[in-house]
This record gives sequence, structure tokens and C-alpha cells, in this order.
Amino acid sequence: MSRVAVLKGGPSLEREVSLRSGTNVELALGRLGHEAIAIDADQHLVRALRDARPEVAFIALHGRGGEDGTVQEILEILKIPYTGSGVLASERAMDKVVSKALFRAADIPVPHGFAFSKEAFSKMGAAEALPEIQQSLGLPLVVKPARQGSALGISIVREPGDLGGAILNAMGFDDRVLVERFVPGRELAVSVVMAKDPWALPVIEAVTLGRDFYDFEARYTPGETELRPPRDLDESTVQEAAAVSIAAATVLQCRGIARVDLILDDEGRLWVLEVNTIPGMTDTSLLPKAAEVAGIGFDRVVADMLDLAALDT
Amino acid sequence: MSTSDVTDNTGTGAPLPPQTPLVGPADAARYDSRFSALASGTTSSVMRDLMAITEKADIISLAGGLPDTDTFPREIFDEISAEIGTDFLASSLQYGPTDGMGDLREQIVAVMADEGARARPDDVLITTGGQQAIDLSFRTFIDRGDPVLAEGPTYPGAAPCLTAYGADVTHIPMDDDGMREDLLEEAYRRLAAEGRPPKILYTIPNFQNPAGVTMSLERRERLVEFAHSVGLLIIEDNPYGQIRFEGDPLPTLYELDDGAGWVVYLGTFSKILAPGIRVGWAVAPPAVLRKMNLGKQAADLCSSTLTQRFVAEYLKRYDYREHVARVTDIYRCRRDAMLEALEARFPAEATWTHPRGGLFVWATLPDYIDTTALQAKALERQVAFVPGEGAFLDGRGKNSMRLNFSGVPEAMITEGIGRLGDVINDFVTLHQALNPGAR
Repeated sequence: MSRVAVLKGGPSLEREVSLRSGTNVELALGRLGHEAIAIDADQHLVRALRDARPEVAFIALHGRGGEDGTVQEILEILKIPYTGSGVLASERAMDKVVSKALFRAADIPVPHGFAFSKEAFSKMGAAEALPEIQQSLGLPLVVKPARQGSALGISIVREPGDLGGAILNAMGFDDRVLVERFVPGRELAVSVVMAKDPWALPVIEAVTLGRDFYDFEARYTPGETELRPPRDLDESTVQEAAAVSIAAATVLQCRGIARVDLILDDEGRLWVLEVNTIPGMTDTSLLPKAAEVAGIGFDRVVADMLDLAALDT
Repeated sequence: MSTSDVTDNTGTGAPLPPQTPLVGPADAARYDSRFSALASGTTSSVMRDLMAITEKADIISLAGGLPDTDTFPREIFDEISAEIGTDFLASSLQYGPTDGMGDLREQIVAVMADEGARARPDDVLITTGGQQAIDLSFRTFIDRGDPVLAEGPTYPGAAPCLTAYGADVTHIPMDDDGMREDLLEEAYRRLAAEGRPPKILYTIPNFQNPAGVTMSLERRERLVEFAHSVGLLIIEDNPYGQIRFEGDPLPTLYELDDGAGWVVYLGTFSKILAPGIRVGWAVAPPAVLRKMNLGKQAADLCSSTLTQRFVAEYLKRYDYREHVARVTDIYRCRRDAMLEALEARFPAEATWTHPRGGLFVWATLPDYIDTTALQAKALERQVAFVPGEGAFLDGRGKNSMRLNFSGVPEAMITEGIGRLGDVINDFVTLHQALNPGAR
């Protein structure tokens, strides 16, 4: 039995999601016989951690601050081992532009795209290059903030005139945005356990009902999305999805359990979209579903994450 | 936990530890498949989740709708509390009638008379805040798919009720004189021609939430006349009527209806006294009131007798209008600070309303700005507002925002609007950079 600080909430835009993840984790820790101390990751975080004197910290934070290396650095300083990836891996995974460059260098398939900072538009006239982008990538396009989770700020551009508006919208969520070719296909997620010999939980497919893609509402509204093991996938595709997911998490040097989001296009090719170093643990999240399908259950996943808790140094 | 633990704890008087819930995420489906259609209709949204952050202490929140409760005199509170303890202890701790305490219903009639509305105590149903009056009136009239008219934007707190009951809402645009009565007639006739005449109109004529505008006398008269001619039932919500900063009070629709029974009137003590007491009311024709009464029995049997007594004793001893005058003075200064800051810091492309009362300003930004994305950026700068989307049921309002001035002191309003202006100006600049030809 350990004293475990569950870090949740915080000031990120995904605060509400994080609170839901955190509550599920606390309950699981209780069932596993641990002492869970819930801590809201606000401006009093360091003091709260000192007062709580946990043996280990379970990070149930999502988005900026909690998932991008910031909290991880604080825990390194306080020498409290924590769940999930270390500082550098968190930073790399959070920034879709950086992680994409690393994936491409490692021959992991990613959709073709370009990244822009706010400055590129405000100081260097990058808008003049938008027609070239549309020409090079074709329509539809996906516009994403570089560093933001839960699909916040993401939009699909189908009409030539809508790209500027989509970029403006994404810049509400980050000063850097990614413009990518839209790969139509099935949305898959593979959760990987980065033990000494990494292994993958079963592939889960997110089937959204009446929506463009697996967006924020689809993610957190029961009934909006069906999460299920994909039917009619051949064994080689399943194997490949696991392998490419483990490769992606390995390139970023992830620890603990990470979730890799993929697209399986109509020609049967797999594309890596992103790696989440702190997968959602809500009732409608993918990792809990994968644990259920695997027959190991949610508590075992929490136990594994705790076992893999560590410090970078 | 074993049974002996329970026995041990009981013996020592130590609190029992909570049971360990055995329910995990995999069990969520157990409930999902059982949720009622009504509960399933209420969903997660980006906006609602973003609002969760606005409750953090270090954020300047222009998102709330909080009346000022610092100014209520402590001596008066103590005096009334003592009086309740001395003379009304047992009855204030007992259940009360569903329609509310008799003497308070008489006092409510007097409060309404201060605005020129002459009701009978028998027509009053006391509710748990104005929100329950809204819920009960909607529940009484709206079936799934029923056409309903409401201002566009409408009260964001009414939106979830309308969604839950499945109302098919047609929003009627407003201008500085409130709801466009001509467009209301047009919408009514169009729906009626389709064989779906609107069942009710939900309206806040005074200092509308969220728009801040007030329906002109001429439009009030025409609206009631129209309602009489076609048989349109009006739900008149009037939480802010007495919070007037300037100009003469206007008659309520209830008064103009003159007993014809086409207006259900909703009131509340939240703004003229305090929201924490949760005392509101509805005034309706007897047949309607009976249905609302049955709905209230199901919801909560009766509103708190303790706080009803508090209001009754307060009204007996003091002129509530002195308190209203006090808070109105405070809000007027805050409104002025907000309008001044908006003028100084918002871009030329933005417009906003100039409320002559109430709690809110409604700002409209250039149509390329999505205020939910803007909220994300604003929260980085520690300032929050209500994105306009929440005040529409048809997806409109994406480039608008509700700004509250009643709950925040002047200096913070100035600072908050300044930060918000910076964020908006950033978007405007960026938009221009993204559309070089459009300049």
C-alpha cells in the first residue's frame, strides 16, 4: 500500500475532463488498497505536494501544464516519482509539430502537412502561401492547434475559402497550428504499455454517430460515440497497428501507458496522428475501453501505471 | 470492510470511512442504457467544460450573473434570524403549503404592485428561485418537438430547460428596443401556416439576460395586442425590472394583459434581495397554476419555509426598495466602468448594448471570431465571459459574448475588459494577416 497523490483538475482547458479521469483513478487506487490523496494542480500545487508527502504521484491531468512536461519537471525537482512519460517525452508528444517531425524521421507514416506560428502570419505574410498549401495538400484539410488535447480547436476545411477562418479558430488554442491533409478512414486507438518489453492493448475503434470526426462532444458525451474493437480487421493490420504504435511511443521515449491515435485509410494504410502521454481515464475514454476488451479491467491498468512510475533522473 | 469494523466505529463514535465504490468505467454502460430521454438530452459541450475553469479564484470572471451580497446589512440579518427563532421556530422548520406561505404571497402581490402589476395572492405560486418558476412553466406547456418562441439570444439558464423538454425554439432577433415585434409576428404566422402555431413565447422584457436591452412601451402594447388576437401564451420573466439605472419604469406585459390570462408572470427575490434565499414566484391563471402546483409537488413539495419566513419578516420590517436602491447604485457604477472600458479597449468592429438596468452587456464581435476559441485564449489571460453560443439553441451567437458587470468591482471590470480587448484585437490583427486582400 502506498500514499499516492492523484493530480487532477488544474487550469487547463481540459480541467473538467481531468477531474473525471482523476476521480476514476482515485476510486481504483482505493480498491487496490492504496491511499489516494486528491490534489488540484493549481497555484498551490508545490505546497500541497509537500504537505501530502506522497510516495508517488499519479498524474491525471490533461492538456497544457499537466501533459506537456511542466508538472513532470516540478515532480522531478521534488523527487516524487510520477506516472506516465518524463519531461522531454511529454513535451515532444504534446507538440504535434515536433512529434510529427520525429515520426517522419523514424519512417512512421504521418499525413503530409505544414506548421505555422502566429508570427508567420502577423510578421511574415504567410497568408500569401495559403493557396500553395491548399494546392499541395488538396481539400479537405485538417487544421489543429499544435499543443492542445481533446480535439479542441480542430476543424476540417472542405471549402477553399474556409482555411483562414479555421487557422484563426485554432490559434485561439495555441500560437502554432498544423495544417494537414485530411485522411478519411477509420479512427483507431492503441494503448501501449511501455514496460521493458513494450506491449499493446487491443485496438479500439471510435465510431462517431453523425459527426465529422471524433471531436470534443463525441469524446465525452455517452452515446455520441461507440468505442469497440474493430470488426473485420485482418490480423496483419491489427499487428501492424500495434507495432507502429509501439514504434511511435518509443521514438518519443514515452514511459508508462501512452495512447496512440491512428487512422486506417480506405486503402488499408495506417497513419499516426498523435501520441497521448496521459490517456483519458473517463467513463467514455479509449484506454478504459481497451482494458475492458483485454479482460484485464481498469484497476489493473491503474496498477500497471503505478508500477511504471519513475523519475527521469 | 468487515462487519466488525462497523461495530467498532459505532462504539467509539468515530466517523465511518466511506465505502469503496466498486463501480469502474466499464460499468458506465449499465447506466447509459437506462438514462431517460430527458437526461440523455443533456450533453457535454466545449463551452460548458471551459466554464469549469472560470470558477478558479485567480480569474476575473465576467461570466457569472452574481448579484452583490456584500451590502446586505448584517444587523438586519441578525434581527430577522433572531425573530424567526423566537416566534416562528417550529413553523419555519416544518413543511409548508406547496403554493407557498400565505402572508408572503400577499407581500409578493405588493412587490408586483410596485411595478404596476396587480395580481391576487391566490394567483401566486412561490417557487424555489426564479429558475424553478421557469422550469415549472416549461414543463407545464412543452412537449417534445413543440414550437416555442424566445428572444435570440435567450437566457442561457433557460436553454438547458428548453433542450431537456425538447422545445423547437425559434429565436426572435432584438434591437435596442428589445424583441422585434414585427419579426415575432412574422415567425408566428409562418409557424401557424405550417400548422404548428407556437405554444408559448418566453421573454424577458426588462434588461434582458443576456442582451441587456429593454422592450419599448410601443412594442409591449403591440405584443400583448397580437397575443390577444392570435391566442399566444406569453411567459414573462422579470427578474431585473426593479434594477433600473435610469429612465422611467415600463408596464409589465402582465399589467398590459389586464387580466385576460395570456401572460404567465415569473418573478424572483434573487436580484432585489439575495439569490441564496432561493425564493421566486409565478403568477398564472388558476387552471395553469393548478398544473404548475402539481409539478412543484413532484419536484420538491414546497419551497424552504425558513427562507420564505425570512423574506416575509424582512418585507414586514423594511422597505426592500432601499436595498434595491443600494445595489442599483453599485451596479450603475459598474455598468459605467464596463461601458467606458469597452469604448476604450474593444476594437472598432465590435458593437455592444448599453443597458439601462440589469446585470449584463451583450457584445457582438466581427463574424469571423468564434467566442469559444476566444474564451480559450482569454482564460490564458485569466479573464472569462459567457460565449454567446450558450444563449441560442440553433447554433447561432458564435461571434457574441455576455459580459456581467454586477458581480465584479470597477477596477477589476476595467482590467478584465482591457485584457479581453487585447485578446480580441489579436484575433482581428491575425484575421487581417490571414486575409491580406480583405483589408
